[in-house]
Amino acid sequence: MGVLSNQFQDNVFFASSDAIINWSRKSSLWPQTFGIACCAIEMISAGCARYDLDRFGVVFRPSPRQSDVMIVAGTVTRKMAPIVRRLYDQMAEPRYVIAMGTCAISGGVYNTYAVVQGVDHVVPVDIHVAGCPPRPEALLHGFVQLQEKITGTRVLRVQNPDEPAMETS
Amino acid sequence: MPIDYLPVFLMVAVVVALSAFILTLSRLIRPHNPYPEKNRPYECGVDHVGEASAGLFKVQYFVIAILFVVFDVETMFLFPWAVVLQDMGLFGYIEMFVFIVLLLVGFAYAWIKGALEWVS
Repeated sequence: MGVLSNQFQDNVFFASSDAIINWSRKSSLWPQTFGIACCAIEMISAGCARYDLDRFGVVFRPSPRQSDVMIVAGTVTRKMAPIVRRLYDQMAEPRYVIAMGTCAISGGVYNTYAVVQGVDHVVPVDIHVAGCPPRPEALLHGFVQLQEKITGTRVLRVQNPDEPAMETS
Repeated sequence: MPIDYLPVFLMVAVVVALSAFILTLSRLIRPHNPYPEKNRPYECGVDHVGEASAGLFKVQYFVIAILFVVFDVETMFLFPWAVVLQDMGLFGYIEMFVFIVLLLVGFAYAWIKGALEWVS
């Protein structure tokens, strides 16, 4: 983790610093450009002019080194799972995962030996977007939920023992 | 007058100070957690196959590019030379022949050394 992460007590200065850091993080959520299955069509639709993810600061990036969010849009097969995991590992931190669609959440109708029953088995998921496939509005809602989750994060201040630590590893 | 360059020096000072400030601040704040899987070369998540130097990028193209630059520069000199040839007279005419012969000597040297052979 960072040099100054979670080392300071609550006061006005560090609370404001955390607010600024979280604001900048949630305002530039850059997802990786990849779609595994048919949910990707709805993801592309959400990124294009009609639904316009850009207005949330969500700009698709071609490399995991530059991206903050991984949208798992579709059925993850067992053959694809190690690749998804490696792409997650190669992302810069802090990084977030959105499981989009029923297949990514639970395997969906594909209850077979070939399909991972929920991408939670492979990568830590922050937001689940339900639907088969979810409409672009649902994905927008997922991004807003993720922004709300980032808002309260303690970056420079020490973790509050009462609330569970956010998983960023 | 050196004082005329004061805005330039101020600009350089501001740029250096600002970039040092931004790099230091982000180094203090950002998470730093490297591990081997993260540091692997990015190849769309799959294992990379073979060496980049042995595959699509032939080193022979480099020699050909250098030779091309030689003759490119020669052409670049030939055009202004042709414009002012009337004024320069016989001296300029002979001088350009000397220049071309010098380049040809370098070209012949590269040819004899085997730079144009395509060894794969």
